[in-house]
Amino acid sequence: MSDSHSGKKSNERTDMSAGQLELSGVKEDRAALMNNLYSRHKRKSRSLSWAVGTTQLALLVLFIGLWEAAGRNKWIDPLLFSYPSKLLEQIVRTATDGSLWPHVGATVTETVVGFALGTILGTVIAALLWWFPFLSRVLDPYLVVLNSMPKVALGPIFIVGLGPGFMSIVAITLSVTVIITTINIYNRFREIDSGYIKVVRLFGASRLQLFRLVILPGSFPVIIATLKVNVGLAWVGVIVGEFLVARIGLGYQIIYGFQVFNFTLVLSSLVVIGIVATIMYQLVAALEKRLTEGWRER
Amino acid sequence: MKETPALALQRLSHVYVNDKGASLAVEGIDLSVAQGEFVSLVGPSGCGKTTLLSLLAGLFPPTMGNVWLGGERVSGPSPKVGYMLQQDFLFPWRSIRDNAAIGLEINGTKNRTTMAAVDGWLAELGLDDAGHRYPHELSGGMRQRVALARTLVTEPEVLLLDEPFSALDLHIKLQLEDLVVQTLRKLGKTAVLVTHDLAEAAAMSDRVIVLGRNPGHIRKEITVPAEIRDADPMTARKLPGFQPLFEELWAELDAVEPGGDSHE
Repeated sequence: MSDSHSGKKSNERTDMSAGQLELSGVKEDRAALMNNLYSRHKRKSRSLSWAVGTTQLALLVLFIGLWEAAGRNKWIDPLLFSYPSKLLEQIVRTATDGSLWPHVGATVTETVVGFALGTILGTVIAALLWWFPFLSRVLDPYLVVLNSMPKVALGPIFIVGLGPGFMSIVAITLSVTVIITTINIYNRFREIDSGYIKVVRLFGASRLQLFRLVILPGSFPVIIATLKVNVGLAWVGVIVGEFLVARIGLGYQIIYGFQVFNFTLVLSSLVVIGIVATIMYQLVAALEKRLTEGWRER
Repeated sequence: MKETPALALQRLSHVYVNDKGASLAVEGIDLSVAQGEFVSLVGPSGCGKTTLLSLLAGLFPPTMGNVWLGGERVSGPSPKVGYMLQQDFLFPWRSIRDNAAIGLEINGTKNRTTMAAVDGWLAELGLDDAGHRYPHELSGGMRQRVALARTLVTEPEVLLLDEPFSALDLHIKLQLEDLVVQTLRKLGKTAVLVTHDLAEAAAMSDRVIVLGRNPGHIRKEITVPAEIRDADPMTARKLPGFQPLFEELWAELDAVEPGGDSHE
């Protein structure tokens, strides 16, 4: 195999040098060889992705099949662990009778509001820190403390302040997302290459122009990437918030299922969360791709 | 030289101050550059070349002394001064056309007429079909030409060139030197070039200023002979008078920096 490969390679090399001499007929040979090499490369990469896909599917089928068998044959306690067909039945039933959708709707709304608001608020605070370096010096230690603190611990305070419901769930979500967003985006603002700043300063740009023309667009990919991170964080905030106060939502269903020992409800809610969170992440990833088209680092 | 010089430095000194202390970058610089003249600053690293250029551009005020631009005192960045940096620093998210027009956007003079001028400049510099492409699609030489277009569209009277060719391959660098000299000559613009490359300084300039360091000061001024001055940089390098000029510069610089960094 390796022999024939190296043979091909040396062939290619002689073809190339022959091509440079522009001998007639050799050009076609070279083109055929290169096409051949390219299609071999394509075949190889296609068969690799096929193998990956098959293995992924096999793992999923194996996991679900084992779980199903273990649950039905009572190798594991079906009351605690339930099994896939029961989960599916639960999801399909609640989806068709409509009782699932208000929960999904509530949770999705809270999450979207949480991560969008978290990203916007974080960007605004980062912009203020950039605009007022004094403020940034002053706030630095507080940001460090807030960032290292588990923000969900503030939950009870939000509930007391904002009442049990939508507002405090969004507040908990914001507490999870805003600080890290601020820190990430502010750091990006400061990392913008000083050469770009010099270019606009030499044209006499004002501080606002500098921000609008250089700092903000230069940080755009980081802001979009933060949006993606915040989708994940917002789910944490929302589910914890729902654990604490909600009467509706997927997090509420989990807590409720736990309290009445209905683990089919708990696990099916988890599956729904997994599906919805994945869809939301993919949407944001698609948005990122669209928004950063044409924008490329050198 | 009766007329007002395009640029004048008067007893100029600058001190950088930071947490580590204060350091004297340049001291007692007197220099005037005539209208349409091309002057190069050469010298060892740490002789304050870039500091002088920044002071000329009004990026920060000098600690002592004055900078005059056509009879007016420089107190900040001015549209009369164009500046080319060592790297192109084109904004990756802007098309070539929008990159070249950024100065107009900042001055608030972006309109259909000036945008036509932008296209005119891009065409003039051999970038006619690049306007709607993005910087990452262009080669280093093309990008530096866009940077030149960006500098020229705001119609500055004085150009400050901060080693704009140092990051380029040799043959692209030589081409660009010719292009810059021809363009500036055609427009009758004044230029100050900072460079490490003695041959570049000798080939492009009317006058070469050799700087010494600790602190930065003017060591010697060398006027380039007329025949070399009038030729394009690429041709100038082949003229018989070029080698002696180069060696004169070399000897000056060698005297500043005998055997490397013994001053450090």
